[in-house]
Amino acid sequence: MPIVARNVFKPALGFVLSLPLLWLAYLIYLELISPTSGLGPDPAEGLLHFLGEWSLIMLLIAFSVTPLRRRLRLLILGRCRRMAGLFAFTYVVMHLVTYMVLYVELSWALLLEDFYERTYITAGMASFLILLMMALTSTRGWQLRLGRYWRRLHTLIFAAVPLALLHLLWLRKDGYLDTTLYALWFAIMVLERLQAKGYLSRATPPGAA
Amino acid sequence: MLIKKSTRISSTEITPESVYRSRRDFIGKSAALIAGAGLLGRANAGLQPDDELTPEEIVTQYNNFYEFGTDKGDPVKHAGALTTDPWTVTVSGAANKTGEFAYEEVVKGLVAEERVYRFRCVEAWSMVVPWLGIPLVDILKQFEPTGSAKYVEFKTLYRPEEMPGQNSFFSSIDWPYTEGLRLDEAYHPLTIMAVGLYGKTLPNQNGAPWRLVVPWKYGFKSIKSIVSIRFTEQEPLNTWQQLQPSEYGFYANVNPAVAHPRWSQASERRLPSSLFNQNRRPTLPFNGYADEVASLYAGMDLSKFY
Repeated sequence: MPIVARNVFKPALGFVLSLPLLWLAYLIYLELISPTSGLGPDPAEGLLHFLGEWSLIMLLIAFSVTPLRRRLRLLILGRCRRMAGLFAFTYVVMHLVTYMVLYVELSWALLLEDFYERTYITAGMASFLILLMMALTSTRGWQLRLGRYWRRLHTLIFAAVPLALLHLLWLRKDGYLDTTLYALWFAIMVLERLQAKGYLSRATPPGAA
Repeated sequence: MLIKKSTRISSTEITPESVYRSRRDFIGKSAALIAGAGLLGRANAGLQPDDELTPEEIVTQYNNFYEFGTDKGDPVKHAGALTTDPWTVTVSGAANKTGEFAYEEVVKGLVAEERVYRFRCVEAWSMVVPWLGIPLVDILKQFEPTGSAKYVEFKTLYRPEEMPGQNSFFSSIDWPYTEGLRLDEAYHPLTIMAVGLYGKTLPNQNGAPWRLVVPWKYGFKSIKSIVSIRFTEQEPLNTWQQLQPSEYGFYANVNPAVAHPRWSQASERRLPSSLFNQNRRPTLPFNGYADEVASLYAGMDLSKFY
């Protein structure tokens, strides 16, 4: 890859990953000048669902970086993995803050009830706590400090993504098209890893060509 | 009496037929005129002092009508394709008059009146809607239910070519949508069959040409675009109960004391809301209509019969 392309790749990817936020800023602008015009008849829920949907997509993109680097032989993607993960975390934090501050309006009684009784919220919170630990330890310093534990800690992404998928699945009353597509995406990326590590190849009989 | 006479004048007697697209337009418009003239007044039973009407554009653009898709914006996008004229209703079961009836025949001579009701969804949002409705008892009595009828079951139209949600591979609903009421609930004066809202003919996305409105129950009981009415001895199995019996029951009375696994029922967000104000308020037992309807459930354990 030419040096210029290499220098531009990461900022360009960062720009692409922030496009939904630019679109959202426009929707919020519409909403503020004329209520319900930007985010729909139920603006707080509209914002909540917009950020939730994109949180999941961003998580799946971050989860796809390693397989894509391997399959596309695009080594530069490796240098974008942390950025993609932190983008996903940013969407997740905005989703959570919207829920707590705008939607539940910081009613602690309601929040506690939701954490305990709404299984989909319990799953979402569990996913968030994992992502929080990953984001906090994403710096070079923590990577060195934690040594081999860093890798183990960040393997928890294999739990955080399915928990986020459960969060969506359990929230839904009916209509599972997007949930199915996200689950497929996740499954493909897991299968790719298994195959790359040789778990999927059949044992070759001795003497076979 | 005077009121009934005035609306019994048929469209052909007082208004050139051509003025009106169809008789059902007339039904809606005449009721609106009467309500507007103050002859009927608004039946505001159970309204609280701070209940304000939810704007028409929200009532008609924020709908759960899964026949057109699971997004609340889907119905207004797709319901335009629905043909509601002609409309036939099949009446069956424990009644003397059964068979197929044209919608116009059934509502002919019946009075639609404006009823302003709170509407509470199981998803914990709520609205205040000015419906135009006919007391359900007036409709059902025409079919002369027999003594053995204990319940009435309703079904929504099944027409996948006009209702894209019914085609969806990713829906687990067993169409057509089915709901039911105990007959005493159906005969209760608060229960109406709505044919309009905001003084207009009922929009397709709100369940044209007619839909049930039972204001003390969660919104999913108020079945839309009804084509079948069946009188029965057994409790009907309603769609949501069939899909998830641990979450949705037959009665579905609004009850802040019975939590739902997905939504706290203790409070509700009243639309319109804004980004920075959810207009949250405590949910009232029977959606605030306890004085009128609580006696229907005397002696029943409402945490069991949810």
